[in-house]
Amino acid sequence: MALKFEKFREPYVIESIKFGLLSPQEIRRMAKVSIMRSDIYEADGSPVVGGLRDPHLGAVEPGESCPVCGNTREECPGHFGRIELARPVILPHLGDDIHAMLQSTCRKCGRLLLPPERISNLTRLYYRRLRERWPRLADVVVKSIIKEASETTVCPHCGESQFKVRYIRPIIFYERRPEGEVRLTPLDIRDRLEKIPDEDAVLLGIDPKSARPEWAVLTVLPVPPLSVRPSITLETGLRSEDDLTHALAEIVRQNEKLKSFLSTNAPETMIEDAWLTLQHVVAAYIDNEFPNIYQLTHRRKRPLKTLAQRLKGKEGRLRGNLSGKRVNFSARTVVSPDPYISINEVGVPVEVAKTLTVSIRVTPYNIDEVRKYVLNGPYKWPGATFVYKADQDRKIDLRYQKDYRKLAEELKPGDIVERHLIDGDIVLFNRQPTLHRMSIMGHIVRVMPGKTFRINLLVCPPYNADFDGDEMNLHVPRLEEAQAEARELLLVEKHILTPRYGGPIIGGRQDYISGAYLLTVKTSLFTLEEVSNIVSRAEAKTMVSEPAILRPKPLWTGKQLVSMFLPQDLNFKGRAKISSGALKCDSEDCFNDSYIVIRKGKLLMGVMDKNAIGAEQPNNLPHVIALEYGESKARELFDTLFRAFIRVLEIKGLTIAYNDIEIPEEAKEEIERLTEEAKREVEELIRQYREGVLEPIPGRTIEESLELKIIERLQKLRTDAGETAIKYLKPSNDIFIMTRTGARGSDVNLTQMAAMLGQQTIRGRRIVRGFRTRPLAHFKLGELSPEARGFIKGNFREGLKPTEVFFHAIAGREGLVDTAVKTSQSGYMQRRLINALQDLTVSYDGTVRDSWGNIVQFKYGEDGVDPKATYHGKPVEVKRVIEKVRGSGG
Amino acid sequence: MSGKAPEKWILEHRLVPEHRVLSLEEAIQVLRRLGVKPWQLPQISINDPVVRLLNAKPGDIIEIRRKSPTGGVAIAYRLVVAFERRS
Repeated sequence: MALKFEKFREPYVIESIKFGLLSPQEIRRMAKVSIMRSDIYEADGSPVVGGLRDPHLGAVEPGESCPVCGNTREECPGHFGRIELARPVILPHLGDDIHAMLQSTCRKCGRLLLPPERISNLTRLYYRRLRERWPRLADVVVKSIIKEASETTVCPHCGESQFKVRYIRPIIFYERRPEGEVRLTPLDIRDRLEKIPDEDAVLLGIDPKSARPEWAVLTVLPVPPLSVRPSITLETGLRSEDDLTHALAEIVRQNEKLKSFLSTNAPETMIEDAWLTLQHVVAAYIDNEFPNIYQLTHRRKRPLKTLAQRLKGKEGRLRGNLSGKRVNFSARTVVSPDPYISINEVGVPVEVAKTLTVSIRVTPYNIDEVRKYVLNGPYKWPGATFVYKADQDRKIDLRYQKDYRKLAEELKPGDIVERHLIDGDIVLFNRQPTLHRMSIMGHIVRVMPGKTFRINLLVCPPYNADFDGDEMNLHVPRLEEAQAEARELLLVEKHILTPRYGGPIIGGRQDYISGAYLLTVKTSLFTLEEVSNIVSRAEAKTMVSEPAILRPKPLWTGKQLVSMFLPQDLNFKGRAKISSGALKCDSEDCFNDSYIVIRKGKLLMGVMDKNAIGAEQPNNLPHVIALEYGESKARELFDTLFRAFIRVLEIKGLTIAYNDIEIPEEAKEEIERLTEEAKREVEELIRQYREGVLEPIPGRTIEESLELKIIERLQKLRTDAGETAIKYLKPSNDIFIMTRTGARGSDVNLTQMAAMLGQQTIRGRRIVRGFRTRPLAHFKLGELSPEARGFIKGNFREGLKPTEVFFHAIAGREGLVDTAVKTSQSGYMQRRLINALQDLTVSYDGTVRDSWGNIVQFKYGEDGVDPKATYHGKPVEVKRVIEKVRGSGG
Repeated sequence: MSGKAPEKWILEHRLVPEHRVLSLEEAIQVLRRLGVKPWQLPQISINDPVVRLLNAKPGDIIEIRRKSPTGGVAIAYRLVVAFERRS
């Protein structure tokens, strides 16, 4: 099981990886058997000797011992075989390089087609300086050498005249001789490549020690061991072979065919054909998606997965198995909200807690505690699943033990116990897509009944979670080092501030905002009973202050309650979200209660809404507190004051009904008037257009100008209608409260419910699609009136006309398509950015460097500032400094 | 690269920051301060118009002082190279 139980072994460290070509000698040396038969099993079911399941390829069956190394299947590493190709085969993946080599070397003597003194000059330059110091430049030089040599027509070494070589991908080479084009067979090509001396190969960018040019033409093909291409036995008893085995079988088949043609002196064309097929099959064996080759398939259907396909793509070895490993000690389930746990916590179902374990070492100090776990066994929480006896080097699985008591008594310091997850453990919690560093944070475990993970609502913004069925993943860090790191760096409270733009990412949304508003609004007064209800739920640590109103009965203001939770010396001011329109305030002289003033920890004025406590609102209350009083102080605020907001909402209630969006008759008439007026103006525009006197907008055609002007006018109509409707809503209206405080919904939503939907658009234009000259059959041909182009006079309260429903559906569909396209595109862009930037680091001298030490930026962000520690990007906010000094001095 | 030399006025353009070729001593000092070899610096092509006007040679280090919205004046160094970064 766990690695740490094994004996410590000196680890091997990979220092570098070098890619090259295998030489035929190397392949033959590795190979333990030559494969010559394409059939795999004999009639009796035993593997064919010299077939693709030859026992010399390694032991895979239980009980089988390997004829090569003598090991059983657990120990036998598997051995390579080989296929001796009847004729050499070009690797089409190296086709362009082969082409370059053929063109730049002599067809007779194999030397590089440059004068001898130039070769020696280049060698000196190339060897001494470039390869080591400027590998990139060396590549450029190689390119120019190849170009220069390819253009030579007479060999400077032997005087042979040179011809152009034409390469038709993927396999065929021709030489343009004066007498006509002549096909170069792999045999010819190999002969030529063999003649290239090592010194000249170096100048072609080749390291002859790891890849001699002629090795690009295969004469013998390595056959991977059986463990690389295991066969599976189906329930029916039939054997099914791996795709690679099928591909190899095809190679053997073609190879044997070619061999027999050669030995029976078959006609030249048949040999040519078989040879070409062999080349295609070998190419497909390496990459079955190589362009212009015959794909290998399973009975004319599914293409085989050959070597390249195993590595490529999302499910390939690299992205699927190396970057994306599956892990143990993790859990996944639905998340649901719990406002009464800390933001640092996560509620874990008992069932999960009994499956995930932490290993603890028994010491004289914790032995009593650990005994309790062992005594509980694996099925009762908090228990233990494994006991590792240090002196016996033995793991005991408690699931198969009866006498827990005996085990518990026998525990000794030094033993290791796999203990259930208990309250206070640290775990990592994650929601996909993991776009952020805040998408994985450390939480403290709180084991609870139920089957879902519970999270505080305030951590929804960083995860972008909601509770409509979202699932999240939980991981247990098992080493003390990892646990300490999680506690110090990943804990939720360390991520209240985001490094993205210098503001808090954790904060209230929706109910928290309406709750805060209802608590702090001037009209809210609370009785003793209510105050104790709120304050006790929020676990306030200070005493309740003197009530603001003493008679006829003691009443407290919400602002008094908020002040109980604030730091004693906090000074803060800022505009509230409701500060707009008639309630606009820009300074402390505010009669609308829309400017927040906190002096010495007392909320003196202003209501709390989205601007004061909302998530992702820079320079709000939690932001200032996190920066100036520390993140744990901000967390304390989230765990106390914010609970009070929720409690207020539970006392006061917030709900909406049909009559909340009802507006009086006179409002309806006013909107009707506005509509008539707008319609008249639009008709006037259309008349002007028909008569050709419409003033065009610069750079637009007359038609475009007309459309733009109509859209502009109708847009204005909706705004006006909305304003009229909202004017008539009572301030106590719950929808109105929600839009005004920023809790949920916008003025547009409200307008659409109470007044009118307004102009529906596709790509910012009025709706013209549908029939030839009209969107729907309900209108006249070519009609330009607002109604015929997607203007909706109706609203959601009164309902839409049939035509209006269609227009609304059209515009609604566009929105859906847009979001679908946007997410996929931005997701891919994100992936590319992350791949490009992932190992850039800020080093201790403030420079940004990549992993090779190359400098990317001379000072991080050109100012060396960590945005996390700023006021919305400003390292020093002068307004804050003044506020702090002024507020405290008095 | 051949062709017409870039015109002088581009140096005066408000979007072109101040470029300066460092002397050998200055260059060595900069490299020592950053603890890097020349090729670990960002690179600038010899075909860059400003580099051509400055008559810089491959291997020279150019100091660029530019106004930065975050950092006031930001100083960057570029190594002049005779080839493009990618192939």
